[in-house]
Amino acid sequence: MIALDFRLRQGAFTLDIRERIDARVTALFGPSGAGKTTVLDAIAGLRIPAEGSIASGERVLFSSSARVNLPPHQRHVGYVTQDVALFPHLDVRRNVLYGRRDSQRLALDQVAGMLEVAGLLDRRIQQLSGGERQRVALARALMSAPEVLLLDEPLAAVDVERRRRILPYLERVRDELAVPIVYVTHDAEEVRRIADCMIVLEEGKVIVGRDNV
Amino acid sequence: MNIWQITWFTLLMAAIATLLMLPPGVLIGWVLARRRFRGHVLLETLVSLPLVMPPVATGLILLMLIAPAGPIGRVLQRVGIEVVFTWKAVVLAMAVMGLPLVARSVRAGIEQVDRRYEAVASTLGASPWRVFMTITLPLALPGVLAGAVLGFARALGEFGATIMIAGSIPGSTRTLAVAIYSFAETGRDGDAATLVVICGAIAFAALWLSNWLAARTGLRA
Repeated sequence: MIALDFRLRQGAFTLDIRERIDARVTALFGPSGAGKTTVLDAIAGLRIPAEGSIASGERVLFSSSARVNLPPHQRHVGYVTQDVALFPHLDVRRNVLYGRRDSQRLALDQVAGMLEVAGLLDRRIQQLSGGERQRVALARALMSAPEVLLLDEPLAAVDVERRRRILPYLERVRDELAVPIVYVTHDAEEVRRIADCMIVLEEGKVIVGRDNV
Repeated sequence: MNIWQITWFTLLMAAIATLLMLPPGVLIGWVLARRRFRGHVLLETLVSLPLVMPPVATGLILLMLIAPAGPIGRVLQRVGIEVVFTWKAVVLAMAVMGLPLVARSVRAGIEQVDRRYEAVASTLGASPWRVFMTITLPLALPGVLAGAVLGFARALGEFGATIMIAGSIPGSTRTLAVAIYSFAETGRDGDAATLVVICGAIAFAALWLSNWLAARTGLRA
């Protein structure tokens, strides 16, 4: 469960959100510029709210009143950014294992099997297709045994045909792992297919809160 | 005076000086590329100062610091280290004059590294130190190497600060640049010309290597 209650200012833009996220997959939906990515950045600790609090289960990640601000590397948040940002100087295996944490829940075999990246492990990043990059980035995030998985428009960069091929992997992650997912998208069909719950953002404000899909 | 002995001595001193420049050069380069703080411009200016100041002036400042009566020299003397007019002074002059080039090149190299990689690495649980060692530094390596080569080349040609704090003692502090001056002054034009050719060849090779490394900086996925 993620509890968000914060204000974050960026120039003239203000993000103001107060929501509890406890579904398996929660879609953050809205037009570009609505502040969806900013919400993920704040949860991951890459942007600091002006005030408020962010908690993951019992753990306080950020609280302006208690003066808590955990650095990103202590938050246990898996984040697949829109551009996936695989490390270009490491091969697939070392990318996937970069954030490996000792965990009984997740073994490399399990994650590699689920996302079908086992055959890619010895490749260089430059040799991967767009869809393969998405899966490797997903595997890398999962191997860090996150308490929550943040996906920023994981299908935005791929065409409709590839989208159909990647969605099943996301559904597997959703169904096989007990990791809550926060999923940013502006595609209504994706929301219908994968999300349990939806939060609609517009210009930094929640206009529809936690609607069940 | 053996020309090859001078050449070998100069290369050795420049190599030691380059090793000395790297840790502070990488640190300053990283700070300038990745930190925003009050005094940023001041640090940037101070670091580049040796590039534009007369090297002789830098040498005089160093001399006042490390002379037996100077603030640093007094401490060094107490622990029995003598610097002025020894090979250590040669290395010091070279390192101080080469440091700005290392810092600037490292900074440029680090600025080329997309910060998203560092951000993602931190969300994967990597501490800032681990992010630096496994992401930032490897991706900025061409810039770091280019800086090291430039600093090395600058060290080879160091003259002004060297003559102030190390002098031109045959066999103990006489480098290529200083020897060229000493030979020309004493009418040994032939020897001086030979050293000029050696200097030119080494400098050319170093710069070529540095430019080649810099051109490879754009490592991308």
